[in-house]
Amino acid sequence: MTERGGVLARQRYLADYTVAAMARRRARNLGLLAVYGGMVFVLASVLFYTSALKHEAGLLLAEAPEIVVQRMIAGRHDLIPGGHTAALTGIRGVREVQPRLWGYHYDAAVRANYTLMVPPDRDLEPGTAVIGPALARARGASAGDMLSFRGHDGALTAFRIDAVLPQASTLASADLLLVAEKDFRRLFGIPEDRHTDLALHVPNPREVQTVAEKVLEALPDSRPILRDEILRTYDAVFDWRSALVLLPLSGALLAFAILAWEKASGLSADERREIGILKAIGWETSDVLQMKLWEGALISLLAFLLGTTAAYWHVFGLSAPLLAPVMQGWSVLYPDFRLTPTVSATQLLTLFFLTVFPYLVATLVPVWRAAVTDPDEVMR
Amino acid sequence: MASGTPRHRPRSRPGDRALIVLLLASLALAGSLLHAALPRAEAHTQHAPMLVRDLGLTGLALFTEARYTRHLGLGDRHAAFRDHPMALEHFPSGSLLPPPRHLHD
Repeated sequence: MTERGGVLARQRYLADYTVAAMARRRARNLGLLAVYGGMVFVLASVLFYTSALKHEAGLLLAEAPEIVVQRMIAGRHDLIPGGHTAALTGIRGVREVQPRLWGYHYDAAVRANYTLMVPPDRDLEPGTAVIGPALARARGASAGDMLSFRGHDGALTAFRIDAVLPQASTLASADLLLVAEKDFRRLFGIPEDRHTDLALHVPNPREVQTVAEKVLEALPDSRPILRDEILRTYDAVFDWRSALVLLPLSGALLAFAILAWEKASGLSADERREIGILKAIGWETSDVLQMKLWEGALISLLAFLLGTTAAYWHVFGLSAPLLAPVMQGWSVLYPDFRLTPTVSATQLLTLFFLTVFPYLVATLVPVWRAAVTDPDEVMR
Repeated sequence: MASGTPRHRPRSRPGDRALIVLLLASLALAGSLLHAALPRAEAHTQHAPMLVRDLGLTGLALFTEARYTRHLGLGDRHAAFRDHPMALEHFPSGSLLPPPRHLHD
């Protein structure tokens, strides 16, 4: 037999012995596998869900206006007068200044906030509205139905639903109510020359910061908000929320770490005797170490593979029913969406080194200590 | 060998069985990663960005209960104290959301 064949055969015998030994303590090892796999599942679910939401937010908000200019009065957002639009139009680097009309409406019927908006690119007929999918679901409305809202003066304004926005856009449009400019102004009592804010389109990304500074010079009472700031805010929110999910779990994680350490490092009397006997019948220290490496590797790899696979299908197959309520919030109008699967090599490697590696190290150190001592002493 | 002697049937070895389980679990994960890598023409990856561009939207409809949670990036500096400086936070997601990062800077 060649040398390589000999090494392989030796490893196969070691694996056979290890698995047979593990089967003798079946309940203990299966229990450990379940808890270990569960921990990997929770960690991987949070990791996958957070990064998928960040990815989705990045994808969507990459299309948002480069700069939004708000007017501030006494620290609060206020309506922006028409003169402000003219003041920004001449700034070099700004392709278009688009006055926006949007706001919120609280609907007491379903106890939900809608985002009302005048679409800049399409002319809606007064008296008609286009609604978001979650709003349509909450009100049980579809195209052709009528919805009425009480305006600022108490008068009811009725809208005929022209269309419901596609379900595919729900992450951005769940609570939208698109209405004509005339209806919007009447509903909220907004004068003709006022807008909610201004969207600035700056085609060159390197000019955005300079344009923002020029906006502040031209309009000291305004606040330019850059698209990058909005994206960073969303990143921070999802990081914060994943930390909030992991915080209550940290106790469980710690408990598992102690359990794993105890299981891996504190050899039981049986195991010590087993090592002693193996040494007495001629096993080398390296054989014992390899046998324990097989045991640790089998449990931790299996826990990693099963936990990560289960987390993947939990997040991307079932839309994370265990995590979504915490990560999304408590809105009445939930967008009902599926996340696009995004798993990176970095995520998998991070998970692997966080879960498999420490367990293997914890397994080997005490076994090495037991294996290098005299068999007679170990068995006593 | 006598014709009546039961033929020895090689049993699968415990180590091999464990490796098969490990291999199956690896295949399951590899299959999931393959599923993630599949090119998909899902409608929501096209519709939603288009809508954001057309309407000039600035926030996701994830937390719609309050204005400063619906449009996170646009919240003003006093959003959480909109009624008066000692006002308590009304909405659960408001207390779970950190203030926008640009307000820290």
